[in-house]
Amino acid sequence: MMMVRKAAVAVVGVLAAMLAMAAPVSAQVYGQPVPWQMNFQHAATPTMAEVINFHTFLTWLITAISVFVLALLLYIMWRFNAKANPVPSKNTHNTVLEVVWTVVPVAILVIMAIPSFRLLYKMDVIPDAAKVREWYPDVNVAGTLDIKATGVQWNWSYEYPNERIKFDAFCANCFPGDPVSPTSPRLLETDNHVVVPVNTLVRVLLGAQDVIHAWAMPAFGVKQDAVPGRANETWFIAIREGTFFGQCSELCGQGHGFMPITVEVVSKTRYDQWVVQKRAEIETKSGVKFAAN
Amino acid sequence: MSAQGAAHADDAHAHHGPTGWQRWAYSTNHKDIGTMYLIFATVFGIVGGLISVLIRMELQDPGMQVLAEGDYQQFNVFTTAHGLIMVFFLIMPALIGGFGNWMIPLMIGAPDMAFPRLNNMSFWFMIPSAMLLVGSALVGDGAGTGWTVYAPLSTVGQPGPSVDMAILALHLAGASSILSSINFITTIFNMRAPGMTLHRMPLFVWSQLVTTFLLLLSLPVLAGAITMLLTDRNFGTAFYDASRGGDVLLYQHLFWFFGHPEVYVLVLPAFGIISHVVSTFSKKPIFGYLGMAYAMVAIGAVGFIVWAHHMYTAGMSVDTEAYFLAATLVIAVPTGVKIFSWLATMWGGSIEFKTPMLWAVGMIFMFTVGGVTGVVLANSPITTAFHDTYYVVGHFHYVMAMGALFGIFAGWYYWIGKMSGRQYNETLGKWHFWLTMVGVNLTFFPMHFSGLAGMPRRIPDYPDAFSGWNYVSSIGSYIGFAAALLFVYIAIKTITSGQRVGANYWGEGATTLEWTVDSPAPHHTHETMPQIH
Repeated sequence: MMMVRKAAVAVVGVLAAMLAMAAPVSAQVYGQPVPWQMNFQHAATPTMAEVINFHTFLTWLITAISVFVLALLLYIMWRFNAKANPVPSKNTHNTVLEVVWTVVPVAILVIMAIPSFRLLYKMDVIPDAAKVREWYPDVNVAGTLDIKATGVQWNWSYEYPNERIKFDAFCANCFPGDPVSPTSPRLLETDNHVVVPVNTLVRVLLGAQDVIHAWAMPAFGVKQDAVPGRANETWFIAIREGTFFGQCSELCGQGHGFMPITVEVVSKTRYDQWVVQKRAEIETKSGVKFAAN
Repeated sequence: MSAQGAAHADDAHAHHGPTGWQRWAYSTNHKDIGTMYLIFATVFGIVGGLISVLIRMELQDPGMQVLAEGDYQQFNVFTTAHGLIMVFFLIMPALIGGFGNWMIPLMIGAPDMAFPRLNNMSFWFMIPSAMLLVGSALVGDGAGTGWTVYAPLSTVGQPGPSVDMAILALHLAGASSILSSINFITTIFNMRAPGMTLHRMPLFVWSQLVTTFLLLLSLPVLAGAITMLLTDRNFGTAFYDASRGGDVLLYQHLFWFFGHPEVYVLVLPAFGIISHVVSTFSKKPIFGYLGMAYAMVAIGAVGFIVWAHHMYTAGMSVDTEAYFLAATLVIAVPTGVKIFSWLATMWGGSIEFKTPMLWAVGMIFMFTVGGVTGVVLANSPITTAFHDTYYVVGHFHYVMAMGALFGIFAGWYYWIGKMSGRQYNETLGKWHFWLTMVGVNLTFFPMHFSGLAGMPRRIPDYPDAFSGWNYVSSIGSYIGFAAALLFVYIAIKTITSGQRVGANYWGEGATTLEWTVDSPAPHHTHETMPQIH
């Protein structure tokens, strides 16, 4: 019995230490995981900020429930073990108690479901700029951009239909000897970044050429399957400039771990320069000149 | 009636059935078949565990360790085989084939199952099924589709015989389970001793009844789904080929219509076992018996209408997602009823912490942890962050490895004396529990952190930042596997040289019918029907 109690205390101690360590991991690193990270990556979109807030609320709730069950269990083990309580009671019913432990969880779930539904309907349907301004008054929405991303075994293929830009993005450092640096983390860097302007409503249309892939960007709160024969869509508004990394998130064969996603969020000016430069690059390569627009 | 009973009793004493290997191969006896299922589950538990250790060795550090650089398909073969083996060849055979076969007739006062030959067939279907599955990993490139076998990766993405073999393995395992389910349901409905109404039936039998209904209703859907995979692969059909009018997501809907009830198939029998163990060692009848039974019925029923919460990122309409979100949250309620009823059963008891009770208490808390992360995952907006990350892997291992598997061990230590006539060693049993407890928590708790940080599942190599918690997970899995080997040692030692025990070695708390027959339970039991008052 002593052994049981000591071990239980040790477990609680370790959990408490872990929670203490779960404080913000790093204030500087955005867009990629850091060693021993225990929480989400920092949010780069208002959506992800909401996901983080909702998750924090849920985590407190489930921690409280788990600690409550653990505390009851430990109390029972201490109070009603054979030594402390040699004669068992024969009590097998308590209607009030049974109603309480049915109704209280229902109440907790309702409290949980309301913000969940609200967030779901906000995230899942692509809004227009006016809607976004209404939701996030402090985000200065500058315009919209459409991107088409196609999953291919094993890379992503991107198209900016209105800008007439098209390119493939392969993993830049998935093989031994490839260049790796803190700003180009191994297995996450691509040879061609998806460049988007900051504070812009970016709509991503998703498709797949062969099998199912999933386009995921942890810092944006975005993850959507790219399904052959089906057009899926998702959206984000990045409010912070920087380079953000994600990985394919649906098993797609042997190269599944090696088709990263890199999104570079830049200022509107820088983005316009990139479009010009990228288009020139494509024209040089294909020999076809685009009409000016 | 009495004359007939006496004639049968004579038979038992002069038992001239087949002996040697024939006794087992031809067996129609629920106890022998149960024993074979348990041995089968132990063997494949070790195989599946060994594969998980290989997975963890590969993931211990960034880069490729165990596998050759570029041999990523093999990693997917490992995860696929690990998942399928643990689900179909460890947990189901142990809980349903093993304990179900052994204990249902003993608990309801029946001499055997309703269809003994069908029972034999159910078990022997498992052998070719296992051979096909293990073979699928050894021929060609192996089946690297994940246990979900999603199309079109499983149709156009994996040529060669491997995936076909894996599909046929699932067909056979499914047929085996459907036959068992028909057998169990018929037995439970028709062969209960006089006086044992459904509302007096032990909770373990209730759990098996609900489980076998889930299997009977969900497995035909899986069979249809994977048969269409098979014809898409080999006979030019296009059920899941969008370019020829098929639908990729149709497979996912069909698979999870089976797959979600399946997770309750895995854990409900463990719930049943935990109820018996908690009641026995608290020396109290189960608290809120009817609530407990109908909570399982509710979990089973609601379990059929929540499947698409596995598909939140697949591209469903927002209203569909909202429905599945709400339905999924509902399951938490009957599950909570079970947890609190176990606590209330212990409340006021005179609790002895023998090994089965340690597993039961461990299961109650660990299942709560896995349950509440499940509630988090039910919230589809959160799932845009968590879907297909290690958070999900952490969650379902808490409910499977610590829910279902802890239930198996609780049952094994609880009933091994009844099944073998010999008792396990208490000290070793406790060591096994604590070692497993440390191992599984060290393995699976850090996975939540990896998932939060964004680590996708099913990748053979990962960005260096994920290495810390992966290292901890790997160390944990080695401890867990050491505990599994200790269990094999304990099992062999118990069966060969454990102390002999009498009919009811747990004393006053053990009140169900299996404790009224000798230990080991004789070849034929309950030949005269017991009367329940």
